[in-house]
Amino acid sequence: MMATRRVSGLGAQVTSLPAPKWRVTLVVDPTMCDGHGVCAELLPERVKMDQWGFPIISDEEIPTALADHARRAVASCPRLALHLVEGLQ
Amino acid sequence: MRTPLAEITPPTREAPTFPRLLSGLSSPDNSFGLHDHLEQWGALPLRRARATLLDELDSAGLRGHGGARFPVGTKWRAVSEGRARRAVVVANGAEGEPASLKDAFLLTKFPHLVLDGASLGAAVLNANRIVVYVPDRLTDVIGRAIHARRRADLDPVEIEVVGAPEAFLSGQESAVVRALNNGPALPTFVGIQSIRTRGVGGRPTLVQNVESLAQVAMISRFGGQWFRSVGTDDSPGTMLLTITGRWTEPQVVEAPHGVAFRDLLQLTAQDADRYWGILLGGYGGGWVSMTDILECRLTEEAARQLGSSLGAGVVAVLPRTCCPLAETARVVRYMERQGAGQCGPCVHGLADLAAHMEALAFDPAALRGHLPPIEELCGLIEGRGACRHPDGVTRFVRSALVVFHNEALQHVRRGPCGAVNGPALLPCPAHQGRPR
Repeated sequence: MMATRRVSGLGAQVTSLPAPKWRVTLVVDPTMCDGHGVCAELLPERVKMDQWGFPIISDEEIPTALADHARRAVASCPRLALHLVEGLQ
Repeated sequence: MRTPLAEITPPTREAPTFPRLLSGLSSPDNSFGLHDHLEQWGALPLRRARATLLDELDSAGLRGHGGARFPVGTKWRAVSEGRARRAVVVANGAEGEPASLKDAFLLTKFPHLVLDGASLGAAVLNANRIVVYVPDRLTDVIGRAIHARRRADLDPVEIEVVGAPEAFLSGQESAVVRALNNGPALPTFVGIQSIRTRGVGGRPTLVQNVESLAQVAMISRFGGQWFRSVGTDDSPGTMLLTITGRWTEPQVVEAPHGVAFRDLLQLTAQDADRYWGILLGGYGGGWVSMTDILECRLTEEAARQLGSSLGAGVVAVLPRTCCPLAETARVVRYMERQGAGQCGPCVHGLADLAAHMEALAFDPAALRGHLPPIEELCGLIEGRGACRHPDGVTRFVRSALVVFHNEALQHVRRGPCGAVNGPALLPCPAHQGRPR
């Protein structure tokens, strides 16, 4: 959905819907993940480990400041289980 | 292109009011051969289906009967958009849920309704492959039905039958596709969208529950408006249910949506005192108290409000001779063993959950007066599997803690109730190993 700004004649309403944002987030394929924990070390801002040693990934977006760290975490996963996904959300 | 024989047979049959799928049960031999089937329902309207069936499915408001209740018309349209390659239609009768018997019942008694639906799917989606995916014990009966149809030249596409392993997850949509691609019958971490555009053999794939296909066979003959003539606006039509625990044997019934549970189960308020509650939807559904169920109607919306779902139509009425915590603990352990073993949070989380439930049911002294931290554990498990298996288990357990809260406190304070070693209601077949 696009942000709409409907402006017509006298007494018209001005409506503005929140625009969906282009977001970059981190996703783990749980069938691939073996809980090596590299991601939690390289990107503690978005990844915590649970009591069994598997990553809990935040669904917050990855801002530009974290992008390099996120890419490094993705590339360092020994199981290639970590992915960056982007899209309108 | 052949002209199928059934297209020549005039469809002159009357639209049934109720029952629908199971109308033929009154026939003497109690099972519908091809001749009886065509006699009762008339020809398969393939040509008209190609032109109008998608719209009829939308106006019917038919939702899938495998458990997820996804709108059937929407799913078919999504598959039809993968135009680059010819589609595959899979009739899914794997029915891994041990408390559900309705798909096996339908496949045994009325295989031709299901096969009609599969052929209609192939016609509408221009598919050139149909697979009927059923437990090994049913491949013979389906094979015979397919043979009869082949001799009558009924279907536009050859129908294959493939045996499914008897395991809880074998009917999960991505597990079905993986099995048909010669892999293990285990779920994959893929968006549903990608099955619809790239499933079996990399082709657009419709995986549809067999009861849904039987409903499609009826809608193709009598239309979407006819379908809506029973049921409610939000839950139109009828559904098959497996009712366990109310009568001596489990019963498969066809019920109109919107019927009151007190009528469906023939319960008075007095009868209700003999039961703890009802498991609605199956092992991924939820427990509902007798007080709530007596006021409840058979609609998905009502079930959701009670924290459950109609799911695949399991209605298990739990008598007071059983211990509700023991029932729950056994099912959680069964579900833990039936996990695919692929996702860490599910493997470890369900094992811990089962241990907590077993302590609560059978050995509450070990808990030293405290309820185990089951809700926190559920929160840690939810949404972290490749499929919804762990989420179904947590919904089931959470509902048990709400509906049987007093019983849980009693166990912790005074030890296990007298029923803990009593009879078990919910089947947890031990012979089902981990699916492979």
